[in-house]
Amino acid sequence: MEIKKNAVAGTLESSDAQITVEPAQGKLELNIQSSVLNQYGRQIKKVILETLDNLDVKSGRFYVVDKGALDCTIKARVEGAVYRSADAAEKDIKWGALK
Amino acid sequence: MITRPKPEKFRLRRSMMFMNAQKPGLIKDAYIYGTDSIILDLEDAVAENQKDMARFSLYNAMKSIDYGDTEVIVRINGLETPHWQEDIRCCVAAGVDGIRIAKCESADDVKKVEAAVDSAEKEFGVEEGRTLLMAALESPLGIMNAYQICTASDRLFGCAISAGDFRKSMHVKIEKGGIEMFTARGQVVMAARAAGVQCFDTMWPNIDDEAGFEAETIQAKKLGFDGKSLVNPRQIAFVHQTFAPTQKEIAYAEKLVRSFNEQADSGVGVYTVDGKMVDIPFFEDARRTIDMAKKTGVYHGDL
Repeated sequence: MEIKKNAVAGTLESSDAQITVEPAQGKLELNIQSSVLNQYGRQIKKVILETLDNLDVKSGRFYVVDKGALDCTIKARVEGAVYRSADAAEKDIKWGALK
Repeated sequence: MITRPKPEKFRLRRSMMFMNAQKPGLIKDAYIYGTDSIILDLEDAVAENQKDMARFSLYNAMKSIDYGDTEVIVRINGLETPHWQEDIRCCVAAGVDGIRIAKCESADDVKKVEAAVDSAEKEFGVEEGRTLLMAALESPLGIMNAYQICTASDRLFGCAISAGDFRKSMHVKIEKGGIEMFTARGQVVMAARAAGVQCFDTMWPNIDDEAGFEAETIQAKKLGFDGKSLVNPRQIAFVHQTFAPTQKEIAYAEKLVRSFNEQADSGVGVYTVDGKMVDIPFFEDARRTIDMAKKTGVYHGDL
């Protein structure tokens, strides 16, 4: 999917993560802030990259503020932000393809 | 990835607790409360501009959190909104146990949802007929049509009365003793029993008024409801206790079952137990009491 415009998903509540995405020319940039960065930074990065790979996102600038979210929450927020940035979040989601 | 077992159409559903599907802090460990069913809400609890995000949250929770024996039902948005069809696609693909139809007013509403569920099951390769339905009756019209609604689909396991909107339509408020809801409750229970499905009482919104909550729960049990909707985990224990048979009821049921077996062997149909006339319907009721006692974990006998 292509990151066409700025989009935000998620909140700053405990157990959630807020993901902001912007278009970027041909590169993928991740900026992660987390209250548990020392313990889980690598895992958070891994989940985000896997999710983006599954959505076939090749470029975009992602700002992630993690508040202790589970992997499934991070994944949901990344998918939400990407679909919103492509103006495709409202309907006909390919649910079966979200691994 | 989690795949839940095929849901049972008729199972123990004393308590159904509502949770906002958009809040990870709530849904991540909802199975720990021990409620029979949880209702993940895509409708009123989710702000209009977060409907899309709530679905992603729901889908991923279902695929990675093991809710175990806790039944997972999703309340979808009303049929007058632009959201309900995508809600259904998401629910079916995620493998939820059932869908709660909000503001259901007619058999047609049930059939519309059923058709969308049928096509989503095909689209996502889900076993046909797996996804159950329940109807929330929230308006005078919905309650008048309760029997048609309860018999509209084989997928439908029951209906719930939802009193918030209903009271407003009827120009009444919550009254001590529940007189404002008597006709509606009676009609819903009778329609559900006539249709052979379950029925659930509305939730009690005044969390701090425990006496009011307890009185309403006891009344729901006395009216014949199978369970009650809840909004707070601290209401669960009282509901479970109220909907379980008492030791006195169990002892009497045991006596009936044993005596019936003896009488039937010697060719007697109607007879007396403790000075009261009993016949086959009493026996069926007694079996139901013992079955319920087993399901709720309060039976220690050997029947």
